[in-house]
Amino acid sequence: MISARGLRKSFGDFEAVKGIDVDVRKGEAFGFLGPNGAGKSSTMRMIASVSPVTSGELRIFGLDPATDGPAIRGRLGVCPQEDTLDNELNVFDNLYIYGRYFGIDRATCRDRANELLEFAQITEKAKSKVEDLSGGMKRRLTIARSLINNPDLLLLDEPTTGLDPQARHVLWDQLFRLKQAGVTLVITTHYMDEAEQLCDRLVVMDKGVIAAEGSPRELIEAHSTREVAELRFGVGEHEALAEKIEDLGDRVEVLPDRLLVYSDRGEDVVTAVIERGLQPIATLVRRSTLEDVFLRLTGRSLAD
Amino acid sequence: MATLDRVAIPAPLTPVHAARVLVLRNFIVYKSAWKLFLTGFLEPVLYLFSIGIGVGQLIDSFEFHGEQVSYAAFVAPAMLATSAFNGALLDSTFNVFFKLKYEKLYDQMLATPLTTGDIARGEIAWGLIRGSVYSAAFLVVMVAMGLVESWWAVLALPAAILIAFAFSAVCMALTTWMKSWQDFDKITLAQMPLFLFSATFFPVEAFGDGVLRWVVEATPLYRGVVLCRELTTGVVTWESGVSVVYLVVMGIVGLLVVRRRLDALLLT
Repeated sequence: MISARGLRKSFGDFEAVKGIDVDVRKGEAFGFLGPNGAGKSSTMRMIASVSPVTSGELRIFGLDPATDGPAIRGRLGVCPQEDTLDNELNVFDNLYIYGRYFGIDRATCRDRANELLEFAQITEKAKSKVEDLSGGMKRRLTIARSLINNPDLLLLDEPTTGLDPQARHVLWDQLFRLKQAGVTLVITTHYMDEAEQLCDRLVVMDKGVIAAEGSPRELIEAHSTREVAELRFGVGEHEALAEKIEDLGDRVEVLPDRLLVYSDRGEDVVTAVIERGLQPIATLVRRSTLEDVFLRLTGRSLAD
Repeated sequence: MATLDRVAIPAPLTPVHAARVLVLRNFIVYKSAWKLFLTGFLEPVLYLFSIGIGVGQLIDSFEFHGEQVSYAAFVAPAMLATSAFNGALLDSTFNVFFKLKYEKLYDQMLATPLTTGDIARGEIAWGLIRGSVYSAAFLVVMVAMGLVESWWAVLALPAAILIAFAFSAVCMALTTWMKSWQDFDKITLAQMPLFLFSATFFPVEAFGDGVLRWVVEATPLYRGVVLCRELTTGVVTWESGVSVVYLVVMGIVGLLVVRRRLDALLLT
């Protein structure tokens, strides 16, 4: 579906994407993870065929966005980061007119708009103004709109940012169903739980390059341990104590409020710590998550 | 969840089809706000009544290209040109700026098979249609009031459409450089003198034979005003041809600039 080789994007002197290779296969859910400014959105815009490639090769459905932009966009669904809905039109017309932009005929647009209102669970709002919708409804409408042309490939830029937990779960459910229906999904997110839930495969981007690639499971195996022991001591003691238990895990990370010991056997770490006469205020053994991988690869400092 | 049937993906739109869809979008927006449409139409009608007919009673008829015309018949075609100018200006400046900067409407359209060329053509077509509707309505008023003196006036409507096209395109092009609403003061600053001094209310001879008259004769609204006046009074000259070419070139240049500017602003 998507193939990129040495893909680069520069804005003046600033290089947002510094040569990435990506392949997205038909029917999979593919994620771009990364902190702000990692180059995710720039990559998405190039795939959406609205941002010219600076250098390297990009093919979508085997077509070149530089020459076949309209043909590619005809088969894409794009759900941008911000809800860019047409506020001058009502909810139904937002879907209807958007369909007409694709050259879909009147009757099909009408049927499709009604189906999608139902899909987004906003049928009763069909005649409302867009500004009267709640944040979750707007998001669902934006996603519904991106499906008007029955896309082969759906691009979702931070699909659940700003939604409450209920709305996020509804949306995940809908995206999962779309995937079941054979739609290829490309998602950018910085919610690790979202990436773990939705993505078959993902890349972690940082500062314009790909830092790691694989399935969520593979990434955890490659870049973290099976488990993490979290140990909380008194404030200010963590730095000094870290040295004493360094040998207990593969890696020890010092945070202001706790120590993280990366090990395949978290319980053994906790037992060993107590045997050494140290008395943590609280302990927690958990499985490694994608978040551990993410922070390992992209650092804990703020990106912007 | 409703099942979503597959729809066949249509071939990319032709330029004409794309422009029609954009016009449809604007039409739906204005269907519920048709009163806004009235203001653009009423303005020149009110000028015609107050100045053309009111002030006109104080003025004897005078010569235009060697023909005797009444003052009202002199002012009316200028108001016809102005109505096309106003209609085109309203949409291609404020509305386009709003869609471009705030609504991000064109970004939405570019996520579909539409291109920047389609957007440029569609929006200019809409400005042109709006200007033309005003002009057609105004022409009806003119005919009803006996201010049309020649069959050439049949061509006054296409002339007004041409004026709307030229101004739509150029004003939309200028709008792409606007940074904030304050910049629109410049538009108003250009609009007023164009309206007042394009031989709208008095003959261009009043500027004497100097440079000033040449300047006035080279401005676009003047070309539109004389063109309409020549057609409704029936004194068509070689100058009419000059005006037509002038306005056509102006519109095409504007259209090309709009397209390039949209590329630069939106396809980053």
